[in-house]
Amino acid sequence: MEFKSRNQGQLLSKIATNDGHGENSPYFDGWKAYDSDPYHPTENPHGVIQMGLAENQLCFDLIQEWIKNNPKASICTAEGAADFKDIAIYQDYHGLPQFRNAVARFMEKVRGNRVRFDPDRIVMSGGATGAQETLAFCLADRGEALLVPTPYYPGNDRDLTWRTGVKLVPVVCESGDAFQITRAALEAAYKQAQDSNIRVKGLLLNNPSNPLGTVIDKQTLQQSLEFTADKNIHLICDEIYSATVSGQPGFTSIAEIVQENPHCNLDLIHIVYSLSKDLGFPGFRVGIVYSYNDAVVSCARKMSSFGLVSTQTQQLIAAMLSDEEFMDKFLAESARRLGKRRADMCEGLGQVGIWNLEGNAGLFCWMDLRRLLKAATYEAELELWRLIVEEVKLNVSPGAAFHCSEPGWFRVCFANMDDETMEVAMERIRMFVVRKREEEVARKQRRRRRMELEVSLSFRLRREELVMMSPHSPMASPLVRART
Amino acid sequence: MLGSQEYILSKIASNDGHGENSAFFDGWKAYDADPYHPTKNPNGVIQMGLAENQLSFDLVEEWVRNNPMASICTPEGASQFKDIAIFQDYHGLPEFRNAVARFMEKVRGDRVRFDPDRIVMSGGATGAQETLTFCLADPGEALLVPTPYYPANDRDLTWRTGVELVPVICDSSNGFKMTRDGLEAAYKAALDSNTTVKGLLLNNPSNPLGTVLDREALSMALSFTNDKNIHLICDEIYSATVFDEPGFVSIAEILAESPDANPDLVHIVYSLSKDLGFPGFRVGILYSYNDAVVCCARKMSSFGLVSTQTQRMLASMLADEEFVGKFLAESAARLGARRAAMCQGLAQMGVGSLKGSAGLYCWMDLRRLLKAATFEAEMELWRVIVNDVRINVSPGASFHCAEPGWFRVCFANMDEETMRVALSRISKLVVQSKSGEARKQCRRRSKLEISLSFRRLEEIMMSPHSPMTSPLVRTMT
Repeated sequence: MEFKSRNQGQLLSKIATNDGHGENSPYFDGWKAYDSDPYHPTENPHGVIQMGLAENQLCFDLIQEWIKNNPKASICTAEGAADFKDIAIYQDYHGLPQFRNAVARFMEKVRGNRVRFDPDRIVMSGGATGAQETLAFCLADRGEALLVPTPYYPGNDRDLTWRTGVKLVPVVCESGDAFQITRAALEAAYKQAQDSNIRVKGLLLNNPSNPLGTVIDKQTLQQSLEFTADKNIHLICDEIYSATVSGQPGFTSIAEIVQENPHCNLDLIHIVYSLSKDLGFPGFRVGIVYSYNDAVVSCARKMSSFGLVSTQTQQLIAAMLSDEEFMDKFLAESARRLGKRRADMCEGLGQVGIWNLEGNAGLFCWMDLRRLLKAATYEAELELWRLIVEEVKLNVSPGAAFHCSEPGWFRVCFANMDDETMEVAMERIRMFVVRKREEEVARKQRRRRRMELEVSLSFRLRREELVMMSPHSPMASPLVRART
Repeated sequence: MLGSQEYILSKIASNDGHGENSAFFDGWKAYDADPYHPTKNPNGVIQMGLAENQLSFDLVEEWVRNNPMASICTPEGASQFKDIAIFQDYHGLPEFRNAVARFMEKVRGDRVRFDPDRIVMSGGATGAQETLTFCLADPGEALLVPTPYYPANDRDLTWRTGVELVPVICDSSNGFKMTRDGLEAAYKAALDSNTTVKGLLLNNPSNPLGTVLDREALSMALSFTNDKNIHLICDEIYSATVFDEPGFVSIAEILAESPDANPDLVHIVYSLSKDLGFPGFRVGILYSYNDAVVCCARKMSSFGLVSTQTQRMLASMLADEEFVGKFLAESAARLGARRAAMCQGLAQMGVGSLKGSAGLYCWMDLRRLLKAATFEAEMELWRVIVNDVRINVSPGASFHCAEPGWFRVCFANMDEETMRVALSRISKLVVQSKSGEARKQCRRRSKLEISLSFRRLEEIMMSPHSPMTSPLVRTMT
């Protein structure tokens, strides 16, 4: 039997051999730096502190207590094992009714019960990752596009475009507007797509925003709804950080705007959700697609076969989320702790003159380090970022990774560590900034001194020249010349 | 409101690629609307269209109760809750990958080794099949698939990928075995329509046939795919449902024996849905001997990772080698006994099924009961079975079978009593059919006699002196 072999490139698909997965960017170096040298308070106190991961780890004490007190939520406890078989064989892609009901109810609670969600519109997916991809498959053909305001979550490139063949067209938002989305920017992006013969099928908003850490205000949501209605394109709102908002301004969901616009075309409105950020359960892969369009619900549900939530997890989540007393307590306490952590971070940074975009949502701050750039370029941003990772030993995420239109902004996460680690991180940043300032001051001083010396030398030279012209001058000593 | 729905949705969302618009879903609807229950609804529809393994849950439940550390929700395991809930690395928990690799080795009698670093997660086997297709083929390219095949291959392999399926026809003349000629013919048919074939997908053991592929067939497939430089994907999802000889031979074994074969072309799809009976847990596995495919599929697994809560529990369960050994033996024995009971029951009423040693179903031969050797007749018989006999079985056409009259009937998703009820209903169908056949023959004979007697009458009637020239007499024939 003779076997032939040929090169890999022809064996695999285009999708498998392109960079659509997004992982070849140099920013993954930060992850590698962390993985090879992770900080530990005692075992590795000089290691890299992970501040590039938007995780919510602040309230697991509450979760753990609930778990201990609710053994029936599990199919593995003595109390719940009798359900094991029924749960293990349940594969209906509608999902356990109790799961859908509990998720709908939870989403209502997070929105202060200002809106209602229909459990029959709750569709599962493989995390928000799967939800975004599924929606892209449902709403756009290959070569068509979605508009996405910058800066945006880097995973969008993979989720929305890699296997779908759909394109992303950025809606550029600038610091001058505090990165808010303007109608002008939306129109400009739409026109740009049209000019390149690309059909736009929708607009994707992330509210609250990653990486900005801000909520989108009612006016902007209303404007987005009107814009998409005008163009007859879809409006997808990724509300994955909805319960990470503390204080004012509060969170307004697109569901509320829809309610206030009874004549809007519901067939164009869709929400992406997940329990990865609000509850801190990224491992459980609980993604949700909620659509007001019946055909999309139906189609997305069929596609959910590619990424259903494990029924073991559905059962657990159903029990937890339907414990309304616990969820009320959790939501309030989580928001409070996130708010405090954010305030501590902002204060700590403020002490060394580092400011963040004002915000009260998300698990991160959008840090302004433009002053520390050698030049207002992405190369300088990359250089500064490498410095932060390699010398300061913090993994933060540079703005370019989020397609930010201006260099110098960095996302720094604060909810995936304890208070002590946070303090260490703050101290490192403070020392770094102080050191950079001192270096800057020293550099300036050296430059000034050099300039002064040049000036004084030129004076001296002139005088010396005059004196030196005299054959009797002691200034003609080589020593004098050497000092300048 | 502007524009129609079709304009605002994608082509994928508006086409039938999901496969659910087929008439065969009527069987499901009939069951959903009127499900059998021994006491509450004894005349309801019995579900025999669902390939599930429910025979050994007592063993699993016992294990779960005795191993509270496997769970992150028990007092013993809850301290792990946070670490498990936040773990989102798409490599998966190392203990999970190790346990799955070890389990797969055990199922293959430790005749091969699996590298845990090649274990990639997916959203069930459904997700694994789609992921592999995305990795190996571009839209418009094709995969060869022997018929009859699992209906959802159409959705999994083609719906969102844009890849096509080209059937490799297998028929009953040789027990539906795949032949080299069949493969070459399919490959040529694709070439002739300017379609690039990128791979061959085998399902071993086979759904719906309930048979295993022998060494010769597997070697032939490996050789064929190497010759054409195309991929060989083996879906081994029923690997541990083999209860008899011939035993299961995995492509992994053939590959190990073929040092000159190109491993970059070989991939295995697996899942715990059938062997363990856990379809709800969505544990899909993709195993590839091609490093680039492992790498790419792993990145794609973000779209369908296994819940870490489930990874953790299964890592524990599958690493318990003593339990696994006992489970695999007992499960196979129970499946074997159940199938034997089913096949014997069918044989007693003169219904044959394809001889097989695996799977959760029989491939039942009802060709004799067809009014004609057509798919319309098969459909008609199927409706009778669902609506009158009140059993949901799956007609061969839904598996793209080349010959009408074959039906897949599942036996592992019910208790013994329900199976007895199902068999007695089938026997009534067969008896009715036989007597219907007999009555038909009777009617045909008497028709013949009458027509003959009328002919003689006509001869008499031709006589101008006959009173029998009444038009009434003529119209009776």
